[in-house]
Amino acid sequence: MENLEKTAKGIRRDIVQMIGKAASGHPGGSLSSVEILTLLYYEKMNVDPTDPRKEDRDRFVLSKGHAAPVLYATLASKGFFPKEELGHLRQVGAMLQGHPNMNDTPGVDMSTGSLGQGISAAVGMALGAKISGAKWHTYALLGDGEIEEGIVWEAAMAAAHYGLSNLTAFVDNNNLQIDGAITDVMSPYPIDEKFAAFGWNVIDVEDGNDFAQLREALSLAEKCTDKPSVLVCKTVKGKGVSYMENQVGWHGKGPNAEQVAVALKELED
Amino acid sequence: MTKIATREAYGNYLVELGEKNKDIVVFDADLSGATKTGIFKKAFPDRHFNAGIAECDMMGMAAGISTTGKIPFASTFAIFGAGRAYEIVRNSICYPKMNVKIACTHSGLSVGEDGASHQSIEDIALMRVLPNMTVLVPADANETKRMMDAALEIDGPVYLRLGRLATDIILPEDYQFEVGKAATLKDGKDVTIIAIGLMVERALAAADDLAKEGISARVLNMGSVKPIDRAAIEAAAKETGAIVTAEEHSIIGGLSGAVCEVLAETTPAPVEKVGVMDTFGESGKALEVLEHYNLTSDAIVKAARKVMARK
Repeated sequence: MENLEKTAKGIRRDIVQMIGKAASGHPGGSLSSVEILTLLYYEKMNVDPTDPRKEDRDRFVLSKGHAAPVLYATLASKGFFPKEELGHLRQVGAMLQGHPNMNDTPGVDMSTGSLGQGISAAVGMALGAKISGAKWHTYALLGDGEIEEGIVWEAAMAAAHYGLSNLTAFVDNNNLQIDGAITDVMSPYPIDEKFAAFGWNVIDVEDGNDFAQLREALSLAEKCTDKPSVLVCKTVKGKGVSYMENQVGWHGKGPNAEQVAVALKELED
Repeated sequence: MTKIATREAYGNYLVELGEKNKDIVVFDADLSGATKTGIFKKAFPDRHFNAGIAECDMMGMAAGISTTGKIPFASTFAIFGAGRAYEIVRNSICYPKMNVKIACTHSGLSVGEDGASHQSIEDIALMRVLPNMTVLVPADANETKRMMDAALEIDGPVYLRLGRLATDIILPEDYQFEVGKAATLKDGKDVTIIAIGLMVERALAAADDLAKEGISARVLNMGSVKPIDRAAIEAAAKETGAIVTAEEHSIIGGLSGAVCEVLAETTPAPVEKVGVMDTFGESGKALEVLEHYNLTSDAIVKAARKVMARK
């Protein structure tokens, strides 16, 4: 657990640095989901950085594709590609696009960025695994604003209809979207009841930035063998950087050099 | 002569392909009777998936399953597959170059009675503008089968544009189709008619009528709209000096657009367009609607005379 905390801190530092360097990107929703990705990639998923497309790997779809920095930092930290690449985020010719592209970046299982589409593709992946009798699992991360997209619920219906217990989704419920609080813009609440009504096994996670709670929820999800599972995780947008926490203004802009320095100090080991 | 719709040929041949290639899976969005994927479902119930009335999710699922080694054919009406689900096709299928075959039926005005809401006259334009996409439009049942073979050879997205209306078989069983190549169905020196889909049959009839007037018309079947056969278009411009395009699609952005792009770049020549004149369709019997919107051999004949006068 201590190691995971340390890893998560390192990933947070990378996120802040790469977005600062690019002077562009989405820090808030990247920082809110660090624990989810760290747990998946460091404890849960069967992946091999030396063979990113090995057939029996578990899949991860970042449906909230704008949180690309958290995925890139995690993949780099696992060794899928050199950490130097993080310094070229959003630059012409670089492998790290503003939103993830599977054909540019080793370890990215699906190109995402247009909200709602990732979960639909994840359902297709899980369906493919199921009909092939493959044992690998598909994970997907949704934003709470993202689930305002209609395709999310088309996909949710299909996942339940086809009994895809080999699919686990996370909702990064940080309560903010670009234009403000999700309750002000277009409330998706109650998120848990909606997924339950669509036939999913729903697990509420009180603190989605807490490894123990996430681990416990995932083990509950694994017990369900006839439905897809969703972990509705209450998180803090901008988590770990005091001036970003719960601030909607940090959804999609890069910190300046001074702000990066402050953040890095806060994120020191 | 027995008439057969390209959608029917698609449904039947899908079963043959499915027998040979076990990786083929089929998606539909509650239209498997109309798109004819229901034939595949009967043969391979475990490999046919209904998305329900959710075309966007159908395309997303097809994208996802293609990453697992399956080869999905996703079918619905063209208006929904190319229209409603457009951005999923763009971002989840074309951008990552997924091996997904999008076979849309009920394209064009020959949908007939259902009217303008269901008559897709924009799908070629929408699909051909997408990087990585191949756009194929069969002229009859035989070409449909060859295009399906060709689609399977491509490791990437393909849009196959199919029709509802039963039409004559105009191409031989052993017809050769090659992606990026036009077929010269009739040679000629005075004017070239470049046609796709059910307008190919009308182009051949028009060429016969023009011959009676002493006009020698070349007929090109441009079933591969993207990639398009630039050489055949350039040769037509140089050798016949006048072009008529004929398509069951808007005159904006479809076949005529593709042909004019080539001509304007390398071999300027006068062009007359037979197609849907930037207007919506309407209800009616398919043939009557086609007639009403001037998608006829007569319209092609008139266009040929007009374009020749512009040489």
